[in-house]
Amino acid sequence: MIRAMLVINNQGKSRLAKFYNYTPVEQQQQLIRSIYSVLCLQPENVSNFIEGGLLLGPDSRLVYKLFATLYFVFVFDSSENELAMFDLIQVYVEILEKCFSNVCELDIVLNYGKMHTILDEMIVGGQVVETNSDIVMKAVEEISKLETTTAGAKLISKSASLLWG
Amino acid sequence: MGSQGGFGQSKEFLDLVKSIGESRSKAEEDRIVLREIETLRRRITEPDIPKRKMKEYIIRLVYIEMLGHDASFGYIHAVKMTHDDSLLLKRTGYLAVTLFLNEDHDLIILIVNTIQKDLKSDNFLVVCAALNAVCKLINDETIPAVLQQVVELLYHPKEAVRKKAVMALHRFYQRSPSSVTHLVTNFRKKLCDNDPGVMGATLCPLFDLIMIDVNSHKDLVGSFVSILKQVAERRLPKSYDYHQTPAPFIQIKLLKILALLGSGDKQSSEQMYTIIGDIMRRSDTTSNIGNAILYECICCVSSIHPSPKLFGAAADAIAKLLKSDVHNLRYMGIDALGRLIRINPEVAEQHQLAVIDCLEDPDDTLKRKTFELLYKMTKSSNVEVIVDRMIEYMISINDNHYKTEIASRCVELAEQFAPSNRWFIQTMNKVFQHAGDLVNPKVAHNLMRLIAEGFGEDDDTADSQLRSSAVESYLRIMGEPKLPSTFLQVICWVLGEYGTADGKYSASYIGGKLCDVAEAHSSDDTVKAYAVTALMKVCSYEKAAGRKLDMLSECQSLIESLSASHSTDLQQRAYELKAIISLDGIAMENIMPLDASCEDIEVIDKSLSFLNSYVQKSLEEGAKPYLTEHERSRTRNISNFRNHDHHDASTHSLRFEAYEVPKPVISARLPPTASLTELAAVREQSYQREVHRSPSVGSLSDKGSQELRLRLDGVQKKWGRPTYSSAASPSTSDSESHTVNGTGKGKSFEPSSRRQPEVEIPEEKQKLAASLFGGTTSKSEKKQSGGGIKGSKATRSTADQTRATTAVVHPPVDLLDFGEPSGAASGSSSTVDPFKQLEGLVDTNQYSNVSKDPDLLSLYSDAASTSGQNQNQETGNLSHGSGNRTTKGPNLKDALGKDALVRQMGVTPATQNPNLFKDLLG
Repeated sequence: MIRAMLVINNQGKSRLAKFYNYTPVEQQQQLIRSIYSVLCLQPENVSNFIEGGLLLGPDSRLVYKLFATLYFVFVFDSSENELAMFDLIQVYVEILEKCFSNVCELDIVLNYGKMHTILDEMIVGGQVVETNSDIVMKAVEEISKLETTTAGAKLISKSASLLWG
Repeated sequence: MGSQGGFGQSKEFLDLVKSIGESRSKAEEDRIVLREIETLRRRITEPDIPKRKMKEYIIRLVYIEMLGHDASFGYIHAVKMTHDDSLLLKRTGYLAVTLFLNEDHDLIILIVNTIQKDLKSDNFLVVCAALNAVCKLINDETIPAVLQQVVELLYHPKEAVRKKAVMALHRFYQRSPSSVTHLVTNFRKKLCDNDPGVMGATLCPLFDLIMIDVNSHKDLVGSFVSILKQVAERRLPKSYDYHQTPAPFIQIKLLKILALLGSGDKQSSEQMYTIIGDIMRRSDTTSNIGNAILYECICCVSSIHPSPKLFGAAADAIAKLLKSDVHNLRYMGIDALGRLIRINPEVAEQHQLAVIDCLEDPDDTLKRKTFELLYKMTKSSNVEVIVDRMIEYMISINDNHYKTEIASRCVELAEQFAPSNRWFIQTMNKVFQHAGDLVNPKVAHNLMRLIAEGFGEDDDTADSQLRSSAVESYLRIMGEPKLPSTFLQVICWVLGEYGTADGKYSASYIGGKLCDVAEAHSSDDTVKAYAVTALMKVCSYEKAAGRKLDMLSECQSLIESLSASHSTDLQQRAYELKAIISLDGIAMENIMPLDASCEDIEVIDKSLSFLNSYVQKSLEEGAKPYLTEHERSRTRNISNFRNHDHHDASTHSLRFEAYEVPKPVISARLPPTASLTELAAVREQSYQREVHRSPSVGSLSDKGSQELRLRLDGVQKKWGRPTYSSAASPSTSDSESHTVNGTGKGKSFEPSSRRQPEVEIPEEKQKLAASLFGGTTSKSEKKQSGGGIKGSKATRSTADQTRATTAVVHPPVDLLDFGEPSGAASGSSSTVDPFKQLEGLVDTNQYSNVSKDPDLLSLYSDAASTSGQNQNQETGNLSHGSGNRTTKGPNLKDALGKDALVRQMGVTPATQNPNLFKDLLG
């Protein structure tokens, strides 16, 4: 299963962190720090896989991919295929690209909720459930549409109640 | 900012993010965040906060926690938010609680009710949000509260909900299998869901179930195969394509499942051969995901009952992966190769140069993976090169965790496959020198024992040669700074025992060296203790031999200083030394017999029968019967192995010491002879010691093999004459025959018979390849019929040709030259250079490659062209197989007919066929 999904920028700040098994905050931070310390030393043109060992505990490995300033990282165990995980990053980023055209770090920070929404559509309980970007996109759009309309409706009703209340 | 849609944030949040982003140091960031926490803490408790604002506060809390700060004061607000009617707030609330809380948190109790309500909601987005929370927040106590509802949601009209319900059930299964065992059939049913996405999600729980219990799911093999077939034949909607590959993630999961189901099951495996072959042939090796599928196929092939045809295809696929420039693919190639050599070790030879390239690559991950592969394929013919490489790498890295691992692997391989005793010692020296503090001390004890017992088959000259070369190498090494303590202990012990044995070095020279060690490591009491005892031995041998003993002044001053040491152990040793030196030569010879650390002592009336009458008399008079030493001390020995030597010394001899040794650890680390405290009755005493040692030696080697995976007894058997103690234990004799077999096989090498024709390969690399892959065991030759379709004829002929030149004799290795082993190995290969010999054969190989390929292809295309006819038959079988679950017979037939029709017309259904899986599975 997938143990964690992380987005870390190239200065070591985490931009997104989702752990599929409960991990205390301090442990999360430590993990993010140690992963970053390894990633930032990775030379160019090497494989995108790192085997866990001391870093992540037994039977775990990570796949990372650097997009502009952001490392996208999946931590998972031996029941997953590394290359497939590598492509899962690709899928996720492609979806982000579709959501925010020309996605940049700021989009990710400011749309923290949406990042999670997308991830929740793809991975549930540490298992990949959907990799079809169209379907994920559709679901996310539906959610955001509904959220704006309900929020809008609330606002209208509120202002209405203020007006006549 | 326009892209943010409904997720717009306030200026405040924007500023926060900006200021954190611009902060120069961690401290500055912390200050900003702490200020933010204060603001939020104040604001969040204000009455009448607009909901939108509240949502933003919660998001800010999540953000803060992600940065590693405590946001627990806000948890309750997140929980409250899940109760809200507005979807926006509810979702935010759920998101926050899933990130904040674990399933055992106290606040969960407040959420379960909301979840129950939301699972019933008619808005499917609410249901989805609740299901997401269920996956994270429900523990085994709360499962019953929501279980029924989740099961009902498996049949929800929206596929998104069904998918999440499946995953929620899967999560329940992981948490507490017993709570959902009665629901396992639901997963099987969901496999036939109309929606490919739901079907794909169902594969995750099924994979777990099959992993635990393969046999109860064997009936699904047919279904999985046919689903895989449909996916691979692009019969899923186009939207499931990813980079022109049809639903790759589903394919991968299915292949994983098939690998489990087909493992060791010929019948099931045979059902899979065609489709796996198909997929491998079709896979698009230009894309990453295509290679992911290919890799998964190889894993599957290596796991299921072997099929020669697939094996050949897998080997070719690996060749492609390894030839790639992309590191990721080479990494996967190495991994796949590691799996394939379990079936047929010979397959590695095709790829030798690629493997060496990976080994020399600067990429650490790739390198480590390659070492793992080499570790798996080590045998007596290539152990020297591999271990040499490993040590070289071990020296170069700083990661202690990996260093320990690789050091213990080196030791393991050296013990298992060492071609010569000298090489073994030399290897151990290197390992100790560079990772001494990281290896288990037992390895050191083992080394000492090996040197003492000798390796040769009763060949005393070889043994003494070995010892003197060990002494020589130690004398050279010991001057180097920063040697690990364990290694120094070994050095001292060996110098004490054998330093003067060959007469090359004088006692005073050795004594001086020992003093140097003791002085250079004055903070290490253990090393000092070893040094003093060694000094004592050296002196007494000298005196026993009738030579005049002149102690160097530095030795004397060392002994004086130790007599006043804080460590009572060191004090005692110093006093003992003084006492022994003052004795005459004959007494000395009795106390310290030369090279007697593992002598078998002849037995003088073991049963002490002459005392029988006396014992009988005493018993009649009411004395207690005698308990043997073994019976009395068994418990103590097992629990307290470290104190072992001390105990038996103290129970059997005159005691010159206090009753408790303050530092048992120190005395325990010493080899048996080192703890001699007795001055009389040496013979009986050491006999007892031998007897006594046997259980402990056994336990040591048992432990060793479990913990460290050191094959202690193997080593002993390989080189040592059976000792008095271990010959008795059945476990060791077992391993003896095993090892003997192993080496027997290892002896009959055949040089590599297959080599990829390559252009301009550096000679050095070729040599390395030759020494790594140059030998195949005779065992693998037998297996060849299973794997190597191509070139098998060539192998056979070379086998004949080279049989005459097998049994490569390694020239004696110069112990002193560390750079030698690879040279030695290539030396052996230069006597029978496989490349030279096979030059002529390469062509035939190549030819057979070429000529074989079209055959394979035509076979495949045959299979493909007949698949139309086969299809009916196959699916017919399938319906038969799943007949007990099929209820809609006629429907199935119809669907099959339609399928066949579509296929005949060569049309791929572009639109989704909702009954795709249902038809097949009923």
